[in-house]
Amino acid sequence: MSDKGLPPNPLPKEGGDIGSPGSQAMAGPALGRPGDGAAEPILRIRGLTKRFGGLVAVGNVSLDLHVGEVHVVIGPNGAGKTTLTNLLSGDLPPTSGQVMFEGRDIAGCSADHISRMGIGRSYQKTNIFLPFTVFENCRLAAQSRTPHAFKVFSRAEGYGEINRRATEAMEAAGLAHRAERVAATLSHGEQRQLEIAMCLATQPRVLLLDEPLAGMGPHESQRMVELIKKLTAGHAIMLIEHDMDAVFALAHRLTVMVNGEVLESGTPAEVRSSPAVQLAYLGGEELLHD
Amino acid sequence: MNSRLTQLLPWVVVGVLALFPLVDSPFYIQLMTKVLIMAIFAMSLDLLVGYTGLVSFGHAAYFGLAGYALALMTPKYEAVSLWWSLPAAIGVCALFALITGLLVLRTRGIYFIMVTLAFAQMLFFVFHDTKLGGGSDGAYIYVKPAMKLGGFELVNLEKADQFYWLALVLMAATYLLLHRVLGSSFGRALVGIKVNEHRMRALGFPVFRYQLASFTLSGSLAGIAGYLAAVQYGFVNPEILSWHQSGAVLMIVILGGMGTLYGSVIGAFAFVILQEVLSNQAWFGIAAKHWQLAMGIFIMLVALYLPQGLAGLARNFRSKPVAEAGDE
Amino acid sequence: MDFAFFLIQLLNGLQYGLLLFLVASGLTLVFGIMGIINLAHGSFYMVGAYLAWSLSSMTGSLTAAILLAIPLTVILGMALERLLFRHLYQRDHLYQVLLTYGLILVFEELRSLIWGDDVHGVAVPALLNASIPLTDNLSYPVYRLAISGVCLLLAAALYFLIQKTRLGMMIRAGASNRDMVQSLGIDIKLIYTLVFAMGIALAAFAGMINAPLSSVFPNMGSQVLIICFVVVVIGGIGSVKGAMAASLMIGLAETFGQVLVPEVAGMIVYVLMAVVLVWRPQGLFGKA
Repeated sequence: MSDKGLPPNPLPKEGGDIGSPGSQAMAGPALGRPGDGAAEPILRIRGLTKRFGGLVAVGNVSLDLHVGEVHVVIGPNGAGKTTLTNLLSGDLPPTSGQVMFEGRDIAGCSADHISRMGIGRSYQKTNIFLPFTVFENCRLAAQSRTPHAFKVFSRAEGYGEINRRATEAMEAAGLAHRAERVAATLSHGEQRQLEIAMCLATQPRVLLLDEPLAGMGPHESQRMVELIKKLTAGHAIMLIEHDMDAVFALAHRLTVMVNGEVLESGTPAEVRSSPAVQLAYLGGEELLHD
Repeated sequence: MNSRLTQLLPWVVVGVLALFPLVDSPFYIQLMTKVLIMAIFAMSLDLLVGYTGLVSFGHAAYFGLAGYALALMTPKYEAVSLWWSLPAAIGVCALFALITGLLVLRTRGIYFIMVTLAFAQMLFFVFHDTKLGGGSDGAYIYVKPAMKLGGFELVNLEKADQFYWLALVLMAATYLLLHRVLGSSFGRALVGIKVNEHRMRALGFPVFRYQLASFTLSGSLAGIAGYLAAVQYGFVNPEILSWHQSGAVLMIVILGGMGTLYGSVIGAFAFVILQEVLSNQAWFGIAAKHWQLAMGIFIMLVALYLPQGLAGLARNFRSKPVAEAGDE
Repeated sequence: MDFAFFLIQLLNGLQYGLLLFLVASGLTLVFGIMGIINLAHGSFYMVGAYLAWSLSSMTGSLTAAILLAIPLTVILGMALERLLFRHLYQRDHLYQVLLTYGLILVFEELRSLIWGDDVHGVAVPALLNASIPLTDNLSYPVYRLAISGVCLLLAAALYFLIQKTRLGMMIRAGASNRDMVQSLGIDIKLIYTLVFAMGIALAAFAGMINAPLSSVFPNMGSQVLIICFVVVVIGGIGSVKGAMAASLMIGLAETFGQVLVPEVAGMIVYVLMAVVLVWRPQGLFGKA
């Protein structure tokens, strides 16, 4: 689809009216709809596009993130979900489009800059400091929030404030009992938790979580879902996930991406009942089992 | 090992080294001075290679630059004061490292290796082809720098033992400085960058600035070594910033065990002594003339079979069951 | 500068650039395909030159010497790949640097033991020992033109090999995705051996044909190597096209630099490199 000359959101169902009353609210997230309508989105994405040569990896994507809401992005492999995350986190520069964060366009800013502004992300492939202890992983993450006026002589452990934040992040992610373990020796699930803990230690207001449940067992998944639920208060979360149970347990808002473009976006109920989604992605069944 | 003992050990070593001039042989004192100088040089490179993850193959540039700075600052028949010439030489190196760092740090991996080498080579040609430092013949430093305090001569650099002690103090100071820096949050960030640069960026660290600071500090410390080397030999020529020098110091870092400051000291000792032994005509006769052949083979063997260096070897002896991931 | 003089410098610059290309193309291919940094690449240039000198003084003919020396260098290249470089593919660049640095020392000392430390001249083959008069007192040696011609032929052959043949396709695929190539049942090890040997033979061949112009002397490899690094940095790692563009650029810059600003000629190429680094850190033809 050409992205020239079209309105940002080609599909009729979605639009600026985020607050369209989701009447048949599903047995969904406990927090209800805090970002409802009136509140300004903390992150407003408009017409975001990334081309690699001739290939459009992300085409004309628009969506909003609100504090207190989990916005889940689903879609088949290769739909451009991770690329979208990379564009938002600054790992990749977008080809065109806007990313408004608290009123300023951050599209194309460097990854470290975006992180310092308050947008944290986790990675689909675990991306931690394997030779370091869990505490040191979190301590480094917390340290990144201090001004970078190279304090080259005072010992790293001497900063109570940083240590406190690192410990808090470990506790929040349920890893406090593993503080002194070397990250490489953690189980896969714990490494995923550490990924989140590091993200939290940077005290972000927006969390971009790229498949945090990938490769987790049912028990670990459940814990992670609980954790994300807890984090919803005070954070705007964009979650990429394949696990449909988790998706519907968490989502306040759901966006379906196919071939780099938004197919449908709305409340879980709206998306569920969208014929386009049922045809193109869900095969008409998966979401209708209840 | 007992942590109290580990903390004391460096001071014990320095104390023992301080007694070395008792051997009363200028030859051996000068040889050990060379070890100390190379140890400073190697520690400065270890900051880059072992702690920041940047493999520089042009580190001789800063070593040589400081030597040339001293040669150019020294008047023909009188001594220059060490109090300002040493800081000035370090300053020149810091500035050059800052400028080259801005360029070379735009690259990574193989590129970084080639580009650092190329910039060192550029400096080689500056001194080789222009009259600035006497061209390919180099320049002499006829009078060694003076170290006076209120008219009193604190250290006489013409005396082998006193110069040795000065080199020892500067080596200990370099070790202490780097030890503190690496234990600081700045140092932790450097190691984080070495382990996972991408993640550091995602956490919000301005990676480039950290690397540039490390590169500049590293170049400045190499300047201390280069200054001392120029004082010791009393002359400079373009060879001191040739790529053989860069290769030798990289060899020392790896031989000693990169990422361990004391490894650089051990490596410097082993390398300088090995070089001395291999080129000893009394022992090896005609083969001594071709000592570089044996050295070349030795270097290849280290690269293939001793990647963690002597420090790594010692570590393996101490603790048989090696943890899955080390903490360096 | 009148036209004939300009023409001579232009031809010299192109000839020097084309010769650099022969050495640098092997370097960039080995970088790009195997991910190996080989500091000893320049040593093969030196080995080629010394072989040309010693074999031509034995046989009395440079052509015969070159024909004998090429298979020798190919064998040397294959042997080194099998015995030494194969162990380095999975290693950190740091160890590649160290090992190949050691290799340089070994090559230099072996050269000193076998051939001594003297400078030697090599005679231009009689057939090509002529000059083309340009003006009353300026002429251009045929041999230099012949070198340029041979280099151009080889460059064209290399281009054909990489772009048009099945082997070239495997080489290109191997550069981008080692696992994929292996899963297709292509013997990647054989490809590596061939590419490495080819790179070394090209460098050695450059040393052979240039021996009559440059003469033969110790450490001649290092000079070429570092200039070739600059070529690779400017052109972009793994790009043969980039190596060609950068070689010609540097050949011309150095030749004209030596005529116009002899004091700083040695630095021009590095300034050029610095400019490229600021503008395009991945090199002119490198992938971002």
